[in-house]
Amino acid sequence: MRDRVIFGGQLLFTALVAAFLIVPAILSMLAGITVNYFRGIGSGLTLQWVVAVWDLYAETIARSLLIAIATLAATLVVGVPAAYALNVRGGRFARTVEEVITLPLAIPGLAIALALLLTYNGFGDFRRSWLFILTGHVVFTLPFMVRAVMAVLSGIDVKTLDESAASLGAGPWRRFRDVIVPNARPGILAGALAVVTLSLGEFNLTWMLHTPLTKTLPVGLADSYASMRLEVASAYTLVFFLMIIPLLVAMQLLADRRGTLERS
Amino acid sequence: MSNSHGVSLRLEACAKSFPGGSRALDPVTLAVARGETVVILGPSGCGKTTLLRIIAGLEAPDAGGRVFFNDADVTKVPIEQRKVGMVFQSYALFPNMSVAENIGYGLKIRGIGKAQRAARVAELVKLTGIEGFEHRRITQLSGGQRQRVALARAVAVQPSVLLLDEPLTALDAALRERLRSELDRLLRTLGITTIYVTHDQAEAMALGDRIVVMRNGAIAQIGSPREIYFSPQSRFVAEFVGAANILEASIENGELKLPGGRIKLGNGAPAGAVTAMVRPEAIAIVPPERAALCGRVDAVSFVGDRARLIVTGAADRPLVLSVANSTDVKVGERVGLAIEPDAVRLLPGDRR
Amino acid sequence: MSFFAKPVPTFAGHARGLSHRSFLRLCLLPLAVVAAAFFLLPMVKLVIVGASGETGLSAYAAIVTQPRYRATLINTVLLAAATTAASLAIATIAGLFLQRHRFPGRAVLVAMLTFPLAFPGVVVGFMIILLAGRQGLVGELTSRLIGEKLVFAYSIQGLFLGYLYFSIPRVILTIMAAIEKLDPALEEAARALGAGPWAVHRDVILPALVPAFVASGAIAFATAMGAFGTAFTLATNIDVLPMVIYTEFTLSANIAMAAALSVGLGLVAWAMLALSRSLTGGTIAAAG
Repeated sequence: MRDRVIFGGQLLFTALVAAFLIVPAILSMLAGITVNYFRGIGSGLTLQWVVAVWDLYAETIARSLLIAIATLAATLVVGVPAAYALNVRGGRFARTVEEVITLPLAIPGLAIALALLLTYNGFGDFRRSWLFILTGHVVFTLPFMVRAVMAVLSGIDVKTLDESAASLGAGPWRRFRDVIVPNARPGILAGALAVVTLSLGEFNLTWMLHTPLTKTLPVGLADSYASMRLEVASAYTLVFFLMIIPLLVAMQLLADRRGTLERS
Repeated sequence: MSNSHGVSLRLEACAKSFPGGSRALDPVTLAVARGETVVILGPSGCGKTTLLRIIAGLEAPDAGGRVFFNDADVTKVPIEQRKVGMVFQSYALFPNMSVAENIGYGLKIRGIGKAQRAARVAELVKLTGIEGFEHRRITQLSGGQRQRVALARAVAVQPSVLLLDEPLTALDAALRERLRSELDRLLRTLGITTIYVTHDQAEAMALGDRIVVMRNGAIAQIGSPREIYFSPQSRFVAEFVGAANILEASIENGELKLPGGRIKLGNGAPAGAVTAMVRPEAIAIVPPERAALCGRVDAVSFVGDRARLIVTGAADRPLVLSVANSTDVKVGERVGLAIEPDAVRLLPGDRR
Repeated sequence: MSFFAKPVPTFAGHARGLSHRSFLRLCLLPLAVVAAAFFLLPMVKLVIVGASGETGLSAYAAIVTQPRYRATLINTVLLAAATTAASLAIATIAGLFLQRHRFPGRAVLVAMLTFPLAFPGVVVGFMIILLAGRQGLVGELTSRLIGEKLVFAYSIQGLFLGYLYFSIPRVILTIMAAIEKLDPALEEAARALGAGPWAVHRDVILPALVPAFVASGAIAFATAMGAFGTAFTLATNIDVLPMVIYTEFTLSANIAMAAALSVGLGLVAWAMLALSRSLTGGTIAAAG
């Protein structure tokens, strides 16, 4: 009997915490498709606010997607070979490098953005283009890609695979392409999902780096929270949720599958 | 036994199925006397650990199963209240406590005062031979030392039953042998009712007053080490405990008829096809001219204290012999084999 | 590693194409360029600019010497500490419950608790507004129950809730992972020695979780210290360090001060994480 009371109490507590986190999110999604938030659901469902969001922010959303994909491409090209090299090298060198590239996670986005502004303010064209925001995103998401790939590589015997491919005549680039990368795929996939999700949602850095012509989705969100009516802001938030929920689900499924594979 | 402590145990029809349908244990009935050491022996997956955990109170038997400590029904009593001393395969020592704190933990839970606790811990440290290690952290101990701490901790509360789950399996072979004899001495000194689970038949024979051999969730045989070794009741037990030569042949005129000759059996041997077992050390080498059974030596291994021979041609499969290390035979030599009638054990048909 | 100590025979004889060593250097080159150009260099510049204002190097001391900045620092640290403590406690209770019991709907609860991981700070601020703002849910409920509309999104309580909102998902993932790795044999041993549930938690479970507490607590603290979007959206009067840095830079054009404060903030956050790593001796789960 006592056990059941304890179970019930813990369930209630957990459910309340979950509610605290989820209820506003659901509210915002509903508000985005309700005719009038104050009159509630009774006032009817509509897509007018979503359409309004599209009219106002389509370009911003497209830019966010562009930056996210570009960030992914950059982190793949920069991060995957680096993860391999660090895994092979090992030792203090690899640990130091890992520390350095992980620093952007410790340092607040605001500080990094400020630093970038101070350094590149003189390069007018670069500073005003979306590429500037890209660099901020790459600096911030790179450690996730590198660490995800390194985690997978450390679980397989890279050295032996490399050596056996070499014994068959493959040069370093061939080996990297045919042996290392395919075996690192789960890590690359996990890293890719993390990078895209983070880039789409990045605000602290982007807010400082953006110009009126290079706004991203989160920047637009801040805009709409400040100046648009609640329904529009909610509809915009709804669009954001719809973009990231599939990514989050994919990340969870990937993690679950790896967990089952490891247990079997 | 004058030095008997603890409770007597009785298990009635205890079975265990897990959600998902897998059946770990068929209904088992077992009685253990006060102060007795019973070893549960079997290959992995035979249900021995499940049985131990049912006795401990970590698992509940399926409906209908009952566990008795000294004739009191403890089936529904959780482990915290059963007063058992348990040594886990991984020792499960608390890394956040020192050796002394680990050993004294059960006493602390019972509210025993600091001074009394310290005295008892000192007693046990002496008993298990780990003086000087009281204030070490667990991570600083070797495997053998950890095993002793686990034992001391389990015994500290003067449990009614001592339960050991493969305590020596995690150690290397040399250490295992040494600790086995120490364990034996300790168990005899303490005299507590002990249930010891292992897959190592040498351990079982050395430590057990009785051995329960298990297979696929059921008991295959219960008996003293001698009974199990000399009178196995199934082919599985014969082969699992000690090495065995299995002979499948037929009996005619009181003799076992083999390709290489005959073995004379004792009175009352039935006629017809049988499965028989002979231990390697029960076959002697004699001059082939007058022997009733002959074969050819296929391999000779000098093992140290004995010599191991493989002889072919005598039975339907190669026979393994364990002979004195001074025996002088060469590979390819034709030899005679002498087997006492009592050394041939007829096995009933195995239920597979 | 042998590849660098001495050439392995299989690679030494490779006449054509890239040697393994050169290839590895090539692999690290893009990383070196990106890290140097877009991180190391800017960081150095930031430190220099911080010292180049009218007060010079003393700008760095301003974070503790000037009352306004000191108050902000204390505010921020207290808020971050409170957030960390609360989210650790909540995550442990919920985490233990979720890992120990399997029941229909469990996966849904876990998903609900970790979903906000990807929300930027602005969205979290919006969530709090929806919950406790002028047209918030709490306001509606309280006005119906007690006749008075409770609005606290724009005060310190709202800010605290906002910080809690993005900390709980981060912390709970790490804690749940650590709980999963707990050795059940330790708890069974304690139970065998007679320990009841409370004693088992006190003596076995919580001590074993301390590394996870330190690791996730440090991340939560560092994230809370540097959080900007949430405070920005809630537009509170409460000064937190990131907001002060922002206003110094954009409104007051006090670039050197902003830079100096940023470096200070960065150092505090980095020091926290380094401390936690040295205490637990391992790599921490990445934030988010």
